[in-house]
Amino acid sequence: METSKRYRFGTWTTELVMILVALLFLVPFYFLFVNSVKSFGDLLTDSAAWPQTFVWSNYARAWSITRFPEALWNSLVVTVVSNLLLVLISSMAAYRMVRHPTRYNRVLFSLFVAAMVIPFQSVMIPLVKVVSTLDLMNSIGGLVICYLGFGAPMSIFLFHGFVKGVPVEVEEAATVDGCTPYGVFFRIVYPLMLPMMVTVIILNTLWIWNDYLLPSLVLQKAELRTIPIATYAFFGQYTKQWDLALPALVLGILPVIVFFLAMQKYIIQGIMAGSVKG
Amino acid sequence: MNRAKSSQWLQQWIFVGPSTLFFVIIIVIPFILGMYYSFTEWNGVANQAKWVGLDNFYHILWDDDKFRTAFWFTIRFTVIGVVAANVLGFLLAYFLTKPLKTKNVLRTIFFMPNVIGGLLLGFIWQFIFVKGFAAIGESTDWSFFNLSWLGDEITAFWGIVIVFIWQTAGYLMVIYISSLTNVPRDMLEAAEIDGASRMQILRLIILPLIIPAVTVCLFLAISWSFKMFDLNLSLTKGGPFGSTESVALNIYNEAFVNNRYGLGTAKALIFFIIVALVTSLQVRLTKSREVEA
Repeated sequence: METSKRYRFGTWTTELVMILVALLFLVPFYFLFVNSVKSFGDLLTDSAAWPQTFVWSNYARAWSITRFPEALWNSLVVTVVSNLLLVLISSMAAYRMVRHPTRYNRVLFSLFVAAMVIPFQSVMIPLVKVVSTLDLMNSIGGLVICYLGFGAPMSIFLFHGFVKGVPVEVEEAATVDGCTPYGVFFRIVYPLMLPMMVTVIILNTLWIWNDYLLPSLVLQKAELRTIPIATYAFFGQYTKQWDLALPALVLGILPVIVFFLAMQKYIIQGIMAGSVKG
Repeated sequence: MNRAKSSQWLQQWIFVGPSTLFFVIIIVIPFILGMYYSFTEWNGVANQAKWVGLDNFYHILWDDDKFRTAFWFTIRFTVIGVVAANVLGFLLAYFLTKPLKTKNVLRTIFFMPNVIGGLLLGFIWQFIFVKGFAAIGESTDWSFFNLSWLGDEITAFWGIVIVFIWQTAGYLMVIYISSLTNVPRDMLEAAEIDGASRMQILRLIILPLIIPAVTVCLFLAISWSFKMFDLNLSLTKGGPFGSTESVALNIYNEAFVNNRYGLGTAKALIFFIIVALVTSLQVRLTKSREVEA
């Protein structure tokens, strides 16, 4: 009896402490939201207080100055298209490399794995030259191609590990039944890879959606801006105008927060699965 | 026979070709070009880059104070940020694997900062440091909050550390949770029956069994903090007086602000070698401590 009572008390204390820590974690979000609906004067005099009057017009102004719908659309297109193509090409490559481990494929796979250590900053300077030589500057398509190149190593690595665990017998049976090699991949293997696809898509989405540096190098036109570049450009122009800047930030983080809350279960699982030791 | 061979050849191209093509264009060619440019005095515009041999490397190692400052900042930041984020991440995971009623909500909250990109996080925190802390300082009178957080070299450093920990601890927590739930229950119960204290169980059973997660988490945290760019850019722009300029930001400024692409690529090459060395050394070190359950 005694021990179970103490145990419960201990759990209860832990719970209380953790809730307090969580509230502390949320303080920045509180400040961000509360001040995004204050007038500039209120915001300056007391930024910790709950707003006396809600100035929603801040949002309307931020919405039009950042050209939010445009930036949201660009971010969506880049993220979705890159993800779809990346999953397709890297699952195909990983599958072939596992099932046909020729010397050529083994070397290639080691190259992909080795490239994962290269920091972006180590290739970005000549990359700008390559991208402009290929006439891919200022194009969403060009940016997507960059993401295909940078995303391939990690995605192939994850799919490679997954395909190794898929029994080859099913594929052999399908071949005996008259399935072409492409049929085997798209009808048998592709559906089996679904759990790993979710992982790859989630990891790539969090990265591509939030990326600032690469799009800032490739896209210079205002109408092509993604959310991070639009936010950065906005801050360059409206420094210290917090009544505009904060709503712009709320708008900027809202899509990814909604995505996270909706996909939470898969995101957590994806990160656990993606952290397989390399 | 010949038909089978050409079919194999076609399959190889269709399956592996696209990835390889993009990989070569976007990573391999720029990487090799970068090695070449690091020995030149290239300004990014001219088609012909003037070969200068080891001059760039000589300059970086002996005359470049800003690079040295940036490098020293990155080292200090990595050591403190990596240790603190991992300790906090582990503690959160340790307590959130206990049977708490609110554990799912709490996990969500701790992970949330991580889904927002570093650039936006930096701007949010800029407001917290400039206005939020001032407001808290006024009402509580704690001098801690009344410092000019981003205007001072020491507090700006700690400011970035705080944001980094806030951002990454939740991610590391997720990995530690998945590892902690894999620790066999019967082992923990046996130890409890044998009369081991909580600290003993933690130190002698749990920690050795979750070393694989430690390997991953250290690797991730080290590479994040080494490559830090977005946070510095949006939070302090590297200031005050370049004291919070990371190596990544220094490389960027050298190339795209000062237009010294050759020098920038030389720095990038040094940066690559250091990142590769440090991370492979760390993985090797922690891997040697892994045990089987």
